[in-house]
Amino acid sequence: MAACPRLAVFKFASCDGCQLSLLSLEDELLTVADRLDIVYFLEATSRVEPGPYDIALVEGSITTPDDLARIEQVRRDAKYLVTIGACATAGGIQALRNWGDSAEFLRAVYATPSYIESLATSTPISAHVRVDFELRGCPIDKYQLLEVLQALLAGRRPRLPAHSVCLDCKRRGTVCVVVAQGVPCLGPVTHAGCGAICPSYDRGCYGCYGPCAQPNLASLTAQLGANGATPRETIVQLRSSFNGYAAEIRAESDRLELPPPGGAPHG
Amino acid sequence: MKTAAAAIADNPWLAQRARIARVTPEVPGVATYHLRLVDAQRHAQYAFQPGQFNMLYLPGVGEVAISLSAGAEQQGTWDHTIRAAGSVTRALAQLPVGAELGLRGPYGAGWPLTECAGRDVIVVAGGLGLAPLRPAIHALLAEPKRWGRIHLLLGARTADSLLYPGERSAWERSGLAAQTTVDRATPDWTGNVGVVPLLVDRLAGFDPARAIMFICGPEVMMRYTIRSALKRGIAAERIWLSLERNMQCAVGLCGHCQFGPAFICQDGPVLRSDRIAPFLDVEGL
Amino acid sequence: MPPADSAASSRLPPQLLAKEDLQALLDALRRAGYRVVGPRLSQGAIVIDELTDIAELPRGWTDEQVAGQYRLQRRPDEAYFGYNVGPHSWKQFLFPPQATVAAAERTAEGWELRTVDDQQPPYAFLGARACDLAAIAVQDRTFIHAQYADPIYRRRRAEAFIVAVDCGQAASTCFCASMNTGPACRQGFDLLLTELAGAFLFEVGTPRGAALAAGLPLRPADEAALAEAAAVRQQAVAQVSKQLDTTDIRQVLLGSLEHPRWSQVAERCLSCTNCTMVCPTCFCSSVREVGDLSGEHVERQREWDSCFNVDFSYLSGGIVRNQIRARYRQWLTHKLASWIDQFDVSGCVGCGRCITWCPVGIDLTEEVAAIREEPA
Repeated sequence: MAACPRLAVFKFASCDGCQLSLLSLEDELLTVADRLDIVYFLEATSRVEPGPYDIALVEGSITTPDDLARIEQVRRDAKYLVTIGACATAGGIQALRNWGDSAEFLRAVYATPSYIESLATSTPISAHVRVDFELRGCPIDKYQLLEVLQALLAGRRPRLPAHSVCLDCKRRGTVCVVVAQGVPCLGPVTHAGCGAICPSYDRGCYGCYGPCAQPNLASLTAQLGANGATPRETIVQLRSSFNGYAAEIRAESDRLELPPPGGAPHG
Repeated sequence: MKTAAAAIADNPWLAQRARIARVTPEVPGVATYHLRLVDAQRHAQYAFQPGQFNMLYLPGVGEVAISLSAGAEQQGTWDHTIRAAGSVTRALAQLPVGAELGLRGPYGAGWPLTECAGRDVIVVAGGLGLAPLRPAIHALLAEPKRWGRIHLLLGARTADSLLYPGERSAWERSGLAAQTTVDRATPDWTGNVGVVPLLVDRLAGFDPARAIMFICGPEVMMRYTIRSALKRGIAAERIWLSLERNMQCAVGLCGHCQFGPAFICQDGPVLRSDRIAPFLDVEGL
Repeated sequence: MPPADSAASSRLPPQLLAKEDLQALLDALRRAGYRVVGPRLSQGAIVIDELTDIAELPRGWTDEQVAGQYRLQRRPDEAYFGYNVGPHSWKQFLFPPQATVAAAERTAEGWELRTVDDQQPPYAFLGARACDLAAIAVQDRTFIHAQYADPIYRRRRAEAFIVAVDCGQAASTCFCASMNTGPACRQGFDLLLTELAGAFLFEVGTPRGAALAAGLPLRPADEAALAEAAAVRQQAVAQVSKQLDTTDIRQVLLGSLEHPRWSQVAERCLSCTNCTMVCPTCFCSSVREVGDLSGEHVERQREWDSCFNVDFSYLSGGIVRNQIRARYRQWLTHKLASWIDQFDVSGCVGCGRCITWCPVGIDLTEEVAAIREEPA
């Protein structure tokens, strides 16, 4: 039998929660380890082997000049590059800086800002290198990660639905919180993957998995804002999240001319 | 104990085991998979109408709808000519001879061969569209006295993607008049250049009043072929085409393959042009 | 088994069931081996879930429904069935949202391919409305009375016992009268209840219903009860306000495939799939391969899907319906027009669920009216 495919896990600006999904695959982890050679995964093991790698899982966004160089190297070393989580696929919560003055943030936070080498923006991996597959979520769903690994082992494309959270709510019998309770919910424009958890607890979806395929954000924000049903601040908040820098959400923010996150609301 | 047929009628999800007996590379990216049902009795009893399709199943990967491209009377196997394009067909292309897969079928409505009696038959194919037409050509050439003249108009992007070159010569020796055309000519190509409907525009040697046409190819090619055929005086109710849509269940239960009022899996894939004329030109239907 | 038939001639004379004896009916169904499902309060709505005690019914509650909004309200009385249809439908029991349809196991000889038998015990539906019965009859045509039958639906449907309830009111979103499906229940039930002030008018629709009724404490219905029941039904008729003009609807819609209205509705439509999910007749599904990492054991899982999903029309050549406009058009023209070609019946029963449960309140009756008003 041919050698196991070599798996590497890389971290950029992120909280590590997504790579931990690999470890939280408790029941399946041994089988994964049997079929994949995990040769670089600092969170789990001190074993560090150089590339090339068959599969690279990349967590986190690009926020420093060093990141820029490192992601290029990861791309060169990886046959198949999968970005995992909202930071890697959309820039993450730290992309809120993209609307602000990063130099001012540095002055406010650090005693000696000159020690800090940081980019003015937090950007998704795909803004810098070719990405073979994006796994959404904050954090990612471990079973979706398993599906990606299974698919790569079987030599096929991962099968992950791009539909809205609404479909998953309905499959599990959850009553629509927008219609029955007037709760603002991003479910109709949000990518499935979480299993529609929040609405099953009478909470609106806040978009952990980013925009679904062809989201109609303009219609949803119009509906939320109709007759002042949802305060503008709430819409801003919904927008200003882990996936706020995702292209579709950014475009809608710009269209609405929402104030920058942290800035003063209009009017 | 239920018979195989009864078990399948009882549960349309039941696939039969099939084995890859041989693989014939055709044109680049395309191969014919010669399949044999593992159960010898079922292999012998299997029957289909030219134009019908099977659902081929690779466990763990998925199912794909593929038209039969030849019956067992040809080479003793049930043949499927496939381009490695989607995840199932790409995985299929990796399988060695002897590998097993699942097969459900045959499904759908085939080419109306009985309607061809006494008529000139014009078979028009674009690219891989010749595959579902091949069993119809086999059937036509098996009983040449039943029909008038048989024409094949075949187009492809390039000369090396014109399907079944060797077999086409044999068909011509059996009385089929074949013409080919390519979108892009290579220096060694001396034949026609241009789209298939142009061959329809120029076709001689048929009587429009008693001609019947079968078309299979990319949808845009079929739309223009129909226009050309109508201009040549062939009645819309004698123009038939084979359409493709996403297929999951193949038995009218899943809703994927709707095309206007038709379920492609049951009413099609072969449909009469006049019945779907209002829908064929609608974008995104 | 043919669907429950209830020709009026074979019906027994109406009887009365005391309100408190509704529990006896529930108990009788449970004793007969049915898993009884019916209306219950959950998440701010009246859903359909398992019932073991009539105290679980949303007694004294009603619903207020308009396009895009549903609210529970207290009723002035203690009626058991004083509301209209909610976000769930009986579809979820006959055509489950997720089901394993086949499995494959790798053995020494090759793949063992098999189907998977449905294990669900028989259901009894308590509280199906006229539009619900019509919807079940519509799905029967798709899943049973077609060239191929769906084994799960066929079995569950044959076993299901249906206790229908006549509506005594209508929501603003109801348009069953336009679709000729209600509000009164005419067929397709084993038993039929009409809720009166002091009792239920109790009618038998099938021999199976009669057999179950035999053990219940029933008494003959007097003229006054019959008159009260007629008034209850008439009240629902009077309250149905929404209309859908179905005159030549097939030609009107299929002849308007390039109507500008499709683009206008696409600006509002979220393509979120809610309308198709709550629709009691929508039957689209997809099959997913679920395997273990070893690749030795695979299940084929069927899940509810929707023509509003981008991937739904995926072909190797691209997405066929790649715009919301095309997807909304597909849904509406299929539901109201090409369904007639395929199944000889409209796909719409006028229950209004798609109107209420659309997060942005799109009303298909308005869309049809707009298309009618200005032929393309």
